[in-house]
Amino acid sequence: MTLTAALAAPPPLALPARAVPDPARAAAEATAAVLADFTGGRHRGVIVDSPPGAGKSTLVVTAARAIADAGEPLMIVAQTNEQVDDLIVRIAAADPRIAVGRLSARGHTPSPRVAALDGVTISHAVDDLAGCAIVVGTADKWAYTKAARFPWAIVDEAYQMRSDKLLPIATLFDRALFVGDPGQLDPFSTVGVDRWAGLSWDPMQSAVAVLARHNPDLPVHRLPVSWRLPASAAPLVSQAFYPDTPFRSGTAAGDRRLELAAGRPDAADRTLDEAAATGWALHELPARHTVRTDAEAVRACARLAARLLARRPVAYDEHGSHPIGPDRVAIGCAHKDQVAAIRAACAAEGVPDGVTVDTANRLQGREYDVTIVLHPLSGRRDATAFHLEAGRLCVLTSRHRHACVVVARAGIPELLDAHPSTGGVHLGVPVKFPDGWEANHAVLDHLARHRVPAVPDGPGR
Amino acid sequence: MNRLDVLRGPHPAVDHNARTIAALAANPGCDRRAVFDAAGVDKRAIARHLGHPAPFGQSVFAITRARAFEKLVKADGCAELLRLLRELFGLDVGEVTYVDVAETGEPGHAARHARTRDLLRDAAHAAADGRAAGVLVDHPLLRLDVGGTEVHLEPDVIALQAGGRFHVIAIKSFAIIDGQAEPAQVAAAARQAAVYVHALRALLAAEGADPALVAHNVVLVCPKDFANTPTATFVDVRQQLAVLARQLARLTRIDRILDRLPPDLTFDLRPGPDGTPTRPADDLARAVRQVPARFAPECLSTCDMAYFCRAEAREQAATDLLGRAVRDALGGLATIPEVLGLAEGAREPAEDEAEIADRLRLVHRFYAEALDAAAREVAVA
Amino acid sequence: MSVLAAFARARAVREGRAQPIATVRHLHLSPRPMVFIPLRLAGEAAAPLGAMLGTDPAEPHLLVVPQPRDRDQRFAFVAELAAIMLPYLERYAKDVETVEAKTPYERSLDAPQILVPNPRGIAFTRLLGRSCRFRRADGPYPVHPSVPVLGQWLTFLADRAEFPGSSLLVAMTEALAAHWATGQSRVEDGNLAALVGWIAPPDGMTGPEAAAAAEDMVWSPPAGPDTAPEFDAEVLAPAIRTYEATGSVAQVRDAVRSQLEPTWRVMWRAVELLRGLPEARGVPGRWERDRAEFTREAIRIAEGGPPRGRHDSAVGAAVRLSAMERAQQAFEAQRALDDPMVMVEHRLEGRAFAGEVVAVELERRIVPPGRTRAVNRPLVTVVTADPVRLAPGDVLISPARPRQHCEVVEVRRGTVVLQVNDGMGRGARPAPGSVPEVGEIVCYADLDPGDGPGFPFPSREETPWTHGGPPAEYVPTDEDAMEDWS
Repeated sequence: MTLTAALAAPPPLALPARAVPDPARAAAEATAAVLADFTGGRHRGVIVDSPPGAGKSTLVVTAARAIADAGEPLMIVAQTNEQVDDLIVRIAAADPRIAVGRLSARGHTPSPRVAALDGVTISHAVDDLAGCAIVVGTADKWAYTKAARFPWAIVDEAYQMRSDKLLPIATLFDRALFVGDPGQLDPFSTVGVDRWAGLSWDPMQSAVAVLARHNPDLPVHRLPVSWRLPASAAPLVSQAFYPDTPFRSGTAAGDRRLELAAGRPDAADRTLDEAAATGWALHELPARHTVRTDAEAVRACARLAARLLARRPVAYDEHGSHPIGPDRVAIGCAHKDQVAAIRAACAAEGVPDGVTVDTANRLQGREYDVTIVLHPLSGRRDATAFHLEAGRLCVLTSRHRHACVVVARAGIPELLDAHPSTGGVHLGVPVKFPDGWEANHAVLDHLARHRVPAVPDGPGR
Repeated sequence: MNRLDVLRGPHPAVDHNARTIAALAANPGCDRRAVFDAAGVDKRAIARHLGHPAPFGQSVFAITRARAFEKLVKADGCAELLRLLRELFGLDVGEVTYVDVAETGEPGHAARHARTRDLLRDAAHAAADGRAAGVLVDHPLLRLDVGGTEVHLEPDVIALQAGGRFHVIAIKSFAIIDGQAEPAQVAAAARQAAVYVHALRALLAAEGADPALVAHNVVLVCPKDFANTPTATFVDVRQQLAVLARQLARLTRIDRILDRLPPDLTFDLRPGPDGTPTRPADDLARAVRQVPARFAPECLSTCDMAYFCRAEAREQAATDLLGRAVRDALGGLATIPEVLGLAEGAREPAEDEAEIADRLRLVHRFYAEALDAAAREVAVA
Repeated sequence: MSVLAAFARARAVREGRAQPIATVRHLHLSPRPMVFIPLRLAGEAAAPLGAMLGTDPAEPHLLVVPQPRDRDQRFAFVAELAAIMLPYLERYAKDVETVEAKTPYERSLDAPQILVPNPRGIAFTRLLGRSCRFRRADGPYPVHPSVPVLGQWLTFLADRAEFPGSSLLVAMTEALAAHWATGQSRVEDGNLAALVGWIAPPDGMTGPEAAAAAEDMVWSPPAGPDTAPEFDAEVLAPAIRTYEATGSVAQVRDAVRSQLEPTWRVMWRAVELLRGLPEARGVPGRWERDRAEFTREAIRIAEGGPPRGRHDSAVGAAVRLSAMERAQQAFEAQRALDDPMVMVEHRLEGRAFAGEVVAVELERRIVPPGRTRAVNRPLVTVVTADPVRLAPGDVLISPARPRQHCEVVEVRRGTVVLQVNDGMGRGARPAPGSVPEVGEIVCYADLDPGDGPGFPFPSREETPWTHGGPPAEYVPTDEDAMEDWS
């Protein structure tokens, strides 16, 4: 084909070349390979790329149990206290006999769910936890730990961890498993200097990036299946955000269904119908340039959440069925002031308590049945690197098990089209894929097929 | 494209080169620039006649330095360059043939392009057959279709590495100090090199060879640290290639903009017998204004028309004047009187201005309070 | 870009004059700063063409390199520059005090301050430092001994300039732009003369008129380090040719002087403008930090310390980033506490508010969670019209009482109830004046100026395998000293 045609044709959906094995088997094989490499002890480090919902936590728990069963001490590093607690609860659930230690900051109050567990010891001094098979703590807390040495370590969310945070911790272990999602948000700094750009140990890069650059022979594994994303979403998310490391959904089309009680013929309900039928919907408001806390868009997000829950949604999946409660619904956006505005709008629209409203940064790693997203580029005249960042859109569009509704003003394709390319290039810095522009374009292209135009709102419309 | 000829007038079209093609991405949202570039209008001449000449150009010292450095790199059949490439690729000197396209055969663009094409085609087929030997092609001449016009492009050098891939080589005189160079300059070089990669791929495809033989890693040759010694490094231009492909595709959609313009619109300067423009400046200005611009302060360093467009924005008291970030913070308000009117309560907000009006009134109040508080402090002190 | 700065710019357009966006000066201004205006030859990395510098506006020193491509002349220039700068820098190292701390250290009573026109001037200073600090006075390619010393100092100053809140080496365009909003864009604010024109136009001219005059590169040459292409072609190149033909430097000197003198005047005008602002409360504290770093470097260089390596090591980079982030946070918080205009930004975001105290429960005592004895916890109720976006539990401080921490108890429309947690003295009852009184106008903000202890990074020798293992010790070599400068 001609060059232009070759360049213009969309890249083919990435599917494994050979006959597709059952996803559970593919995932199990991948997990076994990871464990073999890690526990085999031939490598100081093993890296695992885990796309959204690929069973990262299950992998961590499985690996942790394998090490614990072999009787060797293990330390686990997580990035937030909540993640620490999540892991402890899951380990305890998987095997209540394992003695788990929680390394906490002085004055940290244990959460009720961890305090309730019998096999968990909590202390701020690592010596107190010497009898534990597994010690879990945040990166910040581990950094202050001296004079401890573990033969094994697991670092969770290693792509979201900045490489300077790894420095004090890496002296604590012999071998480590680094697990994380390369497609989500990169670590960042409020300080903007490019003094270290191109250096192999650039502290602003992620822990995995620096680790891999100094140790290029470390094995890199990929979890090939997303158990969270439905068949309607995995191909898009994989193609747009993981172009070099594709994955597939663990369920087939038809395995999941979202049912809503009958709705009204207005835009909000038609949007929800589209989402229930296809897994996606674009609730498109008229084009306009607005402030970030665009009242119309904010109201639309809240209204969609209210109507969704009012229509008694029921989710059908491979485990059976369950009614979708507020705690299984989330509204995601880019900025904290948008969060505040949406929360206020939810109160005004009578959205039941329990719906999560948060920024992409804080939604990382979390999962819901249905998500509503205020598109980062909505209402803007110009895009900035922040708003185009692929990781942000990836997080926002990969939290859901059933459906994702995007709220946006018309005009985003035009914005992308007009976007100037004037950024600087630093020597020695590997080019990052996917490019934010391309990712945004791919998502919009897809959403255009699920567009529901929304007329300007008024009471009761 | 006849419309474009009418727009340009009887002047010869300004030649495109890699730099100007790369500049297509500088402000794609600006229709004025898109039309001027598509029609090959001489923006500098227009700006000058309108009374807003663009002030930039390159310093003679920079030009001299660039020439001297290139000469150094390419001296003696590219001896220095070969040494660098050997280090970078592991090329064996004995295996590399050096060919200077400009020296052999007839002069003239067409002949030079034909020789380049033949050389590269043969090299590509040899590579495909596994017979590849290293070859350095100096002064190659490529062609590229840009919006319906054939443009000639002159990369510095093209190398065929023993592994069968073609690499574009860019020789630039800005320094790489301790492994780092100024990001803006590297980006410009990358964008320019991407144009050459694109053109080279098009050439191979036209000759029945595999365009993927052209690597997306270009070789950037620059002075090392503070000396004249060259150093070479790879620059991955995949993102620049993607942007370029998009911009070239956009060019073909120029009709959409043209359709909105009056059919007799022209930027003809009506040069007199001695070549000076005779068209009244304000008439020309009226014509130019028919095509909307999208001014941003960044235009001042990248576009010859910028000073005219800035004056226009000033007349309109457009918030664009203050920069993209400011305009963004002002929630889409287009003019400064609107902003101040809403802030000071002198203007009733339209229905869709309610939020930004609230915010501005708040800012206005806080600002006045802060000035008061400071005045009181000074009075007390 | 905040709405406040955007609004101020819009006002500036209408008023024809720059509008203040700060009410106090947030950087230290020395009583005797050294203005340094370097020029470089176009097309070269760091080939100096000349410089104008000095501490007295009436007595500038003019240094010129008649043939900027000549290596020996370049080093001669640096030696001349050192002859002027080093005495200025080293003088401040002489008077020191001992600071009581866990490990007592020396700190000079004052420190030098170098002012350059713009950020490219700082970049040039860094490059000049880099090109000189590895040279040696002995060995195969000797230079004057002051050259590597100046190189080390310039490198130190440029490194320090990256630190938020530091004032040792300052770009005047940035210093001015931090305090005034013009009616043009930030890009155009990069032109020092235009920026000053907006802030203080000459009599009879408006801000925009003065800025337009400043853009005329003949009337108002660029502030450097780059020169205008027309100047290069029409004035400088012929002057250099004349020098090469006749050996007379007069023409080149005149050409360079003509480019530097206007900027010299503008720089001192800018200094006056900044001096016209009262100093912010946080400035002396930040200047102390600068003084301490300066002293450390002075001791290190005086003891013959080797030049810093080309790159930070993994640990060095991490330590530096951590320090910069803390400095950034502290600087942002302090600026808001020191300046009601800066606080406006936080009020707009709902993270701070101002209002009037309408009720105080001074005698309130409670037993805090996790404690056994009752302590003073007065409640203060503030009425405010600000768009508050705080939640119970948020800890706030006030510019009037920056060491006192107040916890948000309740936020209702138009009212915030705060619990005062400390800063009331040691007595059984709150010390008089330590708690706001009814009728007092107060401001509270969710800010933390704390410059806490740094993150505990390992030492260089302990750099783990993840970051490439311990780096080789830097040993200056002959190759460094002979590095060509052509």
